[in-house]
Amino acid sequence: MTRDPVVRPLGDTALSVEFADRIDPALTARIHAFDAAFTALRLPGVIETVPTYRAITLHLDPLVADRAAIADAVQNLAVAPFDRARDGAVWEVPVVYGGAFGPDLAAVAAHAGLTPDAVIAAHAEPQYQVAMVGFLPGFCYLSGLDAALATPRRADPRARIPASSISIGGAQTAIGSLEGPSGWHVIGRTPVRPFQPGRTPEFLFGPGDTIRMRPIPASEWAALDADAAQGARIATRLTEG
Amino acid sequence: MGALEVLSCGPGLTVQDAGRTGYLRFGVPTAGAMDRAALALANALVGNAPEAAALELPFLGATFRMRSGATVIGAAGAGAVLAINEIPVPAASAALVRAGDRVAVSPACGGVYTYLAIAGGIAVAPEMGSRSSHMRTGFGPAQLAAGDHVPLADEAGSEAALRYIGAAAPGDGPIRVVPGPQDSHFGEGVWAAFLGAAFRVSARSDRMGLRLDGPRLPSARGHDIVSEGVVPGSIQVPGDGQPIVLGRDCQTTGGYPKIATVISADLGRLAQFPPGAEIRFRTVSADEAIEAARSLADWVAALPGGMRSARTEPAELTRHNLISGITDARGH
Repeated sequence: MTRDPVVRPLGDTALSVEFADRIDPALTARIHAFDAAFTALRLPGVIETVPTYRAITLHLDPLVADRAAIADAVQNLAVAPFDRARDGAVWEVPVVYGGAFGPDLAAVAAHAGLTPDAVIAAHAEPQYQVAMVGFLPGFCYLSGLDAALATPRRADPRARIPASSISIGGAQTAIGSLEGPSGWHVIGRTPVRPFQPGRTPEFLFGPGDTIRMRPIPASEWAALDADAAQGARIATRLTEG
Repeated sequence: MGALEVLSCGPGLTVQDAGRTGYLRFGVPTAGAMDRAALALANALVGNAPEAAALELPFLGATFRMRSGATVIGAAGAGAVLAINEIPVPAASAALVRAGDRVAVSPACGGVYTYLAIAGGIAVAPEMGSRSSHMRTGFGPAQLAAGDHVPLADEAGSEAALRYIGAAAPGDGPIRVVPGPQDSHFGEGVWAAFLGAAFRVSARSDRMGLRLDGPRLPSARGHDIVSEGVVPGSIQVPGDGQPIVLGRDCQTTGGYPKIATVISADLGRLAQFPPGAEIRFRTVSADEAIEAARSLADWVAALPGGMRSARTEPAELTRHNLISGITDARGH
């Protein structure tokens, strides 16, 4: 069950609209629908919004925003029905699993008691939701991981994993955008560049989007990577958001 | 087009403006000047708009050589002294520099961040709407080092007024905070310690966060929450109970409880507390925080008008297509 959201101040420049204090995919979907509806209101002084697993942060211009009007809008939207599970785009993302692209596939398979092929099949099965983006720019936390694939984080975090890595950390899975440190298990990599400077848009995936993984053989990597370097999206957009 | 060559500098010399907006939902930190009022003052000295990109120098000074062109420069912030060809520039004043001149900024004195503004701004292309460096992700121009050339917007700086502005940004006393969002996770005794004690600024502080040493602030509900959005000024309390005030380079989300948030009007003042300095907090309401933000905005608006401000608009610099980034002379 979800209760009415509670609005809490982050100083004068933001408000947190908190729906719960736990992770729950249904709740996250409701938050994304709320985010889309709230953003569509285009209230003065609302600079941008950051939906996360359990709350939305409303970043405000303190000199312009009308906090009373914002609080009213939040309460009105909170009682409105949410019949859409999500508002984002649906993307198909090609992934090379295992080998040099996914050095931890074997470790995840061993922990799950599955063959590497079964891990790939289980990871490519769900429709993932981008629950939130954080940690590093473009790092998409995906909800919907098969519980059988949950794997405790590495005891020895890596100082750097490549951009576009597909990883598992605990009960979560993610697509990274930038090279960076990680304690998660890297099971594959996509030739898609979720972030590319100068491309429009710079970031392909945002909160509320749906991601489907499509396993591809390593032999397809070079050509797709070359296309991506030229600015091609590679990821296939299955629906408009 | 003019260029300023970095002859020597300490770590952390970067280009900063008002920071990036519109990309928080993609996890992109805002970055931007740690002390916005000082940035505005430095820019006002040279006739720029308050949020034009300038050089931010933490702690240590730097020396530069004007390689070509002529312009007007001005410094504000942490009490640093500007000198042209070894001749000190009077405090809070702008100065004309010509090709061949040597520009020196002394180490910070009584603060941390000094801003060196150049008439017309810095001619680097904006990235996602801002020229601010974010060192951890590599967004914006790279951190500057000796040998780098800072491209300047134009050579017509000599027409800018040579000004003196003896203004200081408003504010003193304890740093003002609005309680929350997780204020209820901390008991009465913890709140009494938070507001009653002095916290010492740790040497491990940087643009990501100001780390404070003081009484432990244990949370009654543990020190892990499900990640949610944060802002510069959020006071996170991790498991060791020692608070961290997030800075302009902070990540967009965080999983530690936040006892309170430093109000935006006091963020610049807070950033200027050097390691070892003591900080006290006092609570204000959100309405008082907004009023303080308005007072600071009024102070910035009352700075002498930027007659050249139109030239610092990003679109203008982009249209001239002067240069795509800070040039690195070391490769030549």
